[in-house]
Amino acid sequence: MFEDFLYLLRSRGLKVSLTEWMALVQALHENLHQASFTGFYHLCRCLLVKSEADFDAFDRAFLDYFQEVDFQQEVSQELLNWLDRPNAPMGEYDEQQAELNESLSTLEIETMFQERKNEQREQHNCGNYWVGTHGMSIFGNMGLSPVGIRVGGQSQSRRAFRVAGERRYRDFRHDNTLDIRQLQVALRRLRQFSGLVDLPPSEFDVDSTIQDTANSAGLLKVRYKKPRQNTVKVLLLMDSGGSMEHYAQLCSALFQAVTRAGYFKELKIFYFHNCPYTRLYRDPTLNPNNAVPVSWLLSNLTPEYKLIFVGDAQMSPHEIFDPFPSPREGEPASGVDCLRRLRERYRHAVWLNPSDRPEWGGEWTESYDAIEGLFPMYPLTVEGIETGMKKLLAR
Amino acid sequence: MKEFKGSQNYVASEELLRAANIAMVLEKPLLIKGEPGTGKTMLAEAIAQALGKNLIIWNIKSTTKAQDGLYVYDVVQRLYDSQFGGQGVDDIEKYVRLGKLGEAFTAEEQVILLIDEIDKADLEFPNDLLWELDRMEFHIPETGCTVKASHRPVVIITSNAEKELPDAFLRRCVFHYIEFPDKELMADIVRVHYPDIQEKLLTQVLEAFYKIRSLPQIKKKPSTSEIIDWIQALQHGGVDVGRIVKEVPYLGVLLKKNEDIDMLRRTWR
Repeated sequence: MFEDFLYLLRSRGLKVSLTEWMALVQALHENLHQASFTGFYHLCRCLLVKSEADFDAFDRAFLDYFQEVDFQQEVSQELLNWLDRPNAPMGEYDEQQAELNESLSTLEIETMFQERKNEQREQHNCGNYWVGTHGMSIFGNMGLSPVGIRVGGQSQSRRAFRVAGERRYRDFRHDNTLDIRQLQVALRRLRQFSGLVDLPPSEFDVDSTIQDTANSAGLLKVRYKKPRQNTVKVLLLMDSGGSMEHYAQLCSALFQAVTRAGYFKELKIFYFHNCPYTRLYRDPTLNPNNAVPVSWLLSNLTPEYKLIFVGDAQMSPHEIFDPFPSPREGEPASGVDCLRRLRERYRHAVWLNPSDRPEWGGEWTESYDAIEGLFPMYPLTVEGIETGMKKLLAR
Repeated sequence: MKEFKGSQNYVASEELLRAANIAMVLEKPLLIKGEPGTGKTMLAEAIAQALGKNLIIWNIKSTTKAQDGLYVYDVVQRLYDSQFGGQGVDDIEKYVRLGKLGEAFTAEEQVILLIDEIDKADLEFPNDLLWELDRMEFHIPETGCTVKASHRPVVIITSNAEKELPDAFLRRCVFHYIEFPDKELMADIVRVHYPDIQEKLLTQVLEAFYKIRSLPQIKKKPSTSEIIDWIQALQHGGVDVGRIVKEVPYLGVLLKKNEDIDMLRRTWR
């Protein structure tokens, strides 16, 4: 058959398993595609693809694989050409014919249609027998019959290739940038319930207490359980101003998703410009009156914090490599030194980047690469965040 | 087996009909995803109505456990009865109450079972139901009996994609994503709800509605249920048809966020 298609889908990253493939084979056996190519396309899609995010990948694989296949078009092109006359004058309405048409069952119409397709040799319009337009016939388009099969005209081309070729599902792909809701869902991956962490059972467990009391015939048995809460602490450092202005909307969405969730045990947010030096700021305007020394951060926030950087990592190399004029004892000596210290203190750290690696300006790439060497870098998209969050949870 | 072809009150796209029929023939659960307000829950009702079968709805909440759907053993009631000398305390079966899934399995004839918003429950929830949905049976250890479906129910599951469903679960489902209806289909849907709506009003409403949806700044896009409500408001208020696209009256019915309403009022032309 076409097992290659299965492997093509798998190579395109769709997790199709044998279970689904067998279901497809069974469905084809039961003629669920109704012997039509469009039907086959839909059948494949609803059995093999399990997320609208994969529809686009599926469509492309489908096109690539079946484009070569010579398939029987349901209606000949010649017939469709005859039927393509949307602006022609309307034929006359015939009450008797209308009643006759209405009395036909779907199956009868279907059979008659198959017959006509084989008999019809030329264009017929405004009539009540042949496949044509503007008439009383049950086949064709723009007609006056109350029931029938539309052939040609508008919405004629719901054929599989057309559907697949439209790429209507492009917007659902995971590597698209996102809205707040999607961000929240992505951030939910960052959870670690204390069920996994060792804590004493301190929460009263109503269900088990009742169950065990009843089991021992009414003698009270008090039961406690381990509290279940997210124990993840997050330290979010965001680049603000300059080239980041361009991504302001995206960053504000991320900010809202992170704060609104109320989901983490602790959440600290600080801002910097281009690269953190000796200070971090509490607000995005980088007000110096509201700044915190990096050394305070390093000594006060425990290493269990998960560090998330958000920034485009694009700056001139001197901004990151040049040593500070007179570094104080115990403070970072340069931008890159500061980053390194943060990296060493917080083992779980990722860098989310809204932009791609700069293709121009050799210098900027240099600082980008330096940062990418220090932190695992992910794009600021649903997929990027999900992979990043997994990385943060890995032990 | 009967085929589902849409019903009087539910307009379905051809793809959706196909998916529903595939699921019924293959006896697999049909998993429906889609934007809120595209009629996911309504589908089950429509199928039940069209096939003339009973519908059993299991609404999932964040606290729902898989066990709740199978059966509940009411130990507290039994304890009370034993202390106050009630009748038949020995009979455990009296205290085992079937959940929605159990109800569907024991039904006299085939039923439609809707598991609504499965993503609301805990991450492990779908995994806990794998066996039961596959085999359509479960065991009650307290009474030692096995509940087995004599007629496999048609299972329809809806999800809003709030949590990801486990692969093992997905593998057993037929999947369909309900797209937001295009103008043509939407017109059909509106006509089902308001059979005698004026064509002129309908065109104007659709134009305004899709224009609003196409604005990129809108945070929460209005959906089908909102357009239905909006039309009712417009008809009730007797709004002049010419004003609809120009002024968008009763905007609060369409948009539910203050920021969206402000934005629209500023930018609408």
